Amino acid sequence: MAEQRVSYTLDSTLETVDSAEEKATNIATELGFGEDEVMQISMAVREGTVNAVLHGNAYDPHKKVTLAFERKSEELVITIRDQGKGLDLSKIPNPLAPENLLKTSGRGIFLMRSFMDVVEIRPSKTGTELKLIKHVHGPSAGGKEASQ
Amino acid sequence: MSMKISSRQVDGVTIVDCSGRITLGEGSVMLRDSVRELLAKGQKKIVLNLADVNYIDSSGIGELVSAFTTAKNQGGELKLLNLTKKVHDLLQITKLYTVFDVKEDEAAAVKAFK
Repeated sequence: MAEQRVSYTLDSTLETVDSAEEKATNIATELGFGEDEVMQISMAVREGTVNAVLHGNAYDPHKKVTLAFERKSEELVITIRDQGKGLDLSKIPNPLAPENLLKTSGRGIFLMRSFMDVVEIRPSKTGTELKLIKHVHGPSAGGKEASQ
Repeated sequence: MSMKISSRQVDGVTIVDCSGRITLGEGSVMLRDSVRELLAKGQKKIVLNLADVNYIDSSGIGELVSAFTTAKNQGGELKLLNLTKKVHDLLQITKLYTVFDVKEDEAAAVKAFK
């Protein structure tokens, strides 16, 4: 797999969420990931973009979401940046805890962690940066989780 | 493919046939409105037929949870029918599979209402 990077600057809209998912599906398919892995990658990107658009930029038309796909020799690295106030991970409840099972939100980061090999969430200069990594020959799901 | 919803009656039970994607935005809103409308009309035995739902995101999962608890809080009951593998797997990893009453056969789902 030749190394290549492509980046998009997107509006903070629902259309961006669908567009990001579609881009992820196309790139993961081109890279030869299996059907299940393509679904996992596209869903992780969708969830990450939802967080950026909704919780980060809060649909602010003046704020942008940056989405980048980087094809490395053995992995696909996806970076999603927003221009929001940042995210306090300690305040995100465990969606698998019995008391949270019937909550109607709060599963996005959990799904990303379930589907990708590495998930890193950190503050950036302008907001929050999310990095998602899928190994080309890595485990298909439930992979390890990076420090945050 | 966007979400499509239609409903029909079988022995006093409302079967809601869903197809497409239950995702943030239109799909989630359509499902929410449909379930609330049924409950408002007094149709409290509801089966969501998800046979043709090929994609669901965390927002869609949240909407299923909301439909389930809204029905329960109003004295109703909501069951899920015909999960695709993708939806089944998502409910498994989110530990919701055992929370919902999931059926694989419409007749059995209808019969299961008391």
